[in-house]
Amino acid sequence: MPNPILEVRDLTTRYITRYKESVYAVDHVSLKVEEGKTLGIAGESGCGKSTLALSLMGYYFPPLHYMGGEILIDGQNISGMKPDVVRKSILGREIAYIPQAAMNALNPTRKIIDFIGDVVRAHDPSWNRQMIYDHARKTFEMLGLPAEVLQKYPVELSGGMKQRTVIAVAVILSPKVLIADEPSSALDVTSQKMVIKMLRDMMESGFIKGMIFITHELPLLYNVADEIMVMYAGQIVEHATAKQAVFDPLHPYSKGLMGSIIVPESGLRDIKLTAIPGVPPNLKNPPAGCRFAERCQYARAVCRGTSVALSAADPNRLYRCVVPEAELRRLYQSGD
Amino acid sequence: MATDKKLCLSGRGVTKVFGIGRQKLTAVDHVDFDFHEGEIISIVGESGSGKTTLAKMLLGLLSSSEGEIYFQGQKRDIRSGRKRQEYWKNIQAIFQDPFSAYNTFHKIDTVLLDCIRMRGGKHLPQARKVELMEEACGFVNLKYAELTHKYPFELSGGQMQRLMIARIFLLKPKILVADEPTSMIDACSRATILDYLMKLRDETGMTLIFITHDIGLAYYVSDTVYIMERGRFVEHGSADSVILRPREPYTRRLISDVPKIHEPWDLSTVVFA
Repeated sequence: MPNPILEVRDLTTRYITRYKESVYAVDHVSLKVEEGKTLGIAGESGCGKSTLALSLMGYYFPPLHYMGGEILIDGQNISGMKPDVVRKSILGREIAYIPQAAMNALNPTRKIIDFIGDVVRAHDPSWNRQMIYDHARKTFEMLGLPAEVLQKYPVELSGGMKQRTVIAVAVILSPKVLIADEPSSALDVTSQKMVIKMLRDMMESGFIKGMIFITHELPLLYNVADEIMVMYAGQIVEHATAKQAVFDPLHPYSKGLMGSIIVPESGLRDIKLTAIPGVPPNLKNPPAGCRFAERCQYARAVCRGTSVALSAADPNRLYRCVVPEAELRRLYQSGD
Repeated sequence: MATDKKLCLSGRGVTKVFGIGRQKLTAVDHVDFDFHEGEIISIVGESGSGKTTLAKMLLGLLSSSEGEIYFQGQKRDIRSGRKRQEYWKNIQAIFQDPFSAYNTFHKIDTVLLDCIRMRGGKHLPQARKVELMEEACGFVNLKYAELTHKYPFELSGGQMQRLMIARIFLLKPKILVADEPTSMIDACSRATILDYLMKLRDETGMTLIFITHDIGLAYYVSDTVYIMERGRFVEHGSADSVILRPREPYTRRLISDVPKIHEPWDLSTVVFA
C-alpha cells in the first residue's frame, strides 16, 4: 500500500469571536490522501469546507486557532509550526492553495511574470530574472497556457484564463499537495472544463502528487474525485468512494444532497428534485446529539440525546449515524 | 402547443452594438424571438455570448441599436420616463448577485412594502399589507415574523434570493427575467430556487425568461430553449428536442461541457483557448 501523501488525524480548529465565543468549524476531522488520488469535499455553504482547507495549510491567523490534531505532509508534521514559518517554507512547496475567487488574487498593476517573480523570490531570494522567466515559461507550456500570458496584465485575460493562470502560479514551485477550493464556481461550464482538464493533466503527469477538491457541485465532484467526503456543521458525516457517495449514499444528509443533482440527461425532467428543509445549526452552541437531527426526516429520540461517532460500513467507508446500515437502506427503499 | 398561446414578447432584428469605428463590438446580432405567455424560456450560452445584453434590452435598461421589440403584439414604446415606469409594472428581473440587489439601509419590510405600493396598494389598511407580505413570504417558505425587523445582510444568499422571488410574487409582473439567479448560491439551495420559479409560473401564469450558462438547469426548468452563440440564436425549440437531439455543434459542446453522472464526462476533447 502506498504511503499517504497527506494525512490528517483528529484535526480540530476553532474561531474565537469578539465576544470570546468559540466556533468549532473543523471538529475532529481525519483524512488521508494517497499518492495520485483526489479527495473531494462536499457540503453546503458554511459547513466548514473552506476553514478545513485553511487549517490543512497551517494557516492559523486570528480569529482562526489551532486546537489539536496532526497534519502530516509526506511524513512531515506541520501542525505545531508557526504560521509565518509555514508561509515561508511549507506553502507553495509542500502544499498549495487555490482560493475561491482566485481571479481576484492577481495584482492588477503588475504583469503576470512580475507576480510570479514575487512568489518565487519570497521562497528563495537567490533566483534571478532569467531563471524565473525560464522556469515560468516551462511550467506554463506544460500546463497548456501560452507563454505570452506572462507578459500580460490581468485585465487583458478572460475569466477562465485568469483562473488557470492563478493555478499555474500556485503550482510554480511544484508542491506535493494542491487544495482547490471551488476553483471553478465563478466560471462558465466551458472554462470550468478547461480548469478541470488542467488539474487532471497535472495529476496524471505527476506534477502534483495529491489533490483535495472542494466544491458543492456534486456532478463535478463525482467526475473529479476518487473519494468523496461529505461535511456537515464542521464534522465528516460520510466518507466513501465517489461512486458509492453519489449512487448509494448512507447518511441521510448525503442522501439529501444527492437529491439536488441537476444534469442534462434524459431522465432529469421526470425526477422531482428534493431539497433539504431548514438551515444548518449555529456552531456557537451546536446541538448535543446528531447535528443533522433537526433537519433529518428519519430522526428519532435517540438522535438528539448523545453525540454520534463515525461508524464503518466497510473498511473504506465511514458514516455518522446512529441507525445501522441495513436499516438505513430499508428506510430509503421504502421512501422512494 | 405553444403556437396557440398569445405572444407576450417578441423581437425582430434586435441588435446591440457597443463602441464605434475599430472598437466596434456587436454584442447582440439581429436576433428574432417569440416568447409566448406562460412559457418558461431559457437563453443559454457561454460567457460573452450576449445573454445579459439581450436581457437588459428586454428590460428596457439598454436601448437597442437596431430592430424592434414588441410587447403583447404592440411596438414597445419606453421613450418617456412615465411610459418606462408603466412598462416596468409588466416586466421585472432577478439578478445574479442577491447580495448587491438590496438597498442595505432598508429593512425587509420596506422592500416588500415598496412592492405593494408599486401595485397601487399604498392606501390599503396596515393589516391587509401585513397579510399580503405574509402570503408572499409563505410562498417561498420564509417566515414573515422572523424577517420583519431584519436588514438584508442578516440573511443568507439563498434566503435573499428567495425574498427576491417573494417580491416578484407581490409585484405579479407579466414577464420575469431571471439572469443567472442560481449561480451565486449553493448547489443545495439551487433546486429550491428553481422550484419556486416554476411554482411562480404555475400560479401566476407569468412568462419567465431564464438566462444561464448551465444547460442542465435550462433543461430542468424550461419549456423552450434558445441557444446563443456570439450574439446570435443558433438553435431554438422545445427543451427536449434541443437538449436530447441537438443539431448544432455549439449546442453539443455546451451539453458535453456539463459534468454528468450517468454518462462519462469526456475530458480528452478539451481545447485550451
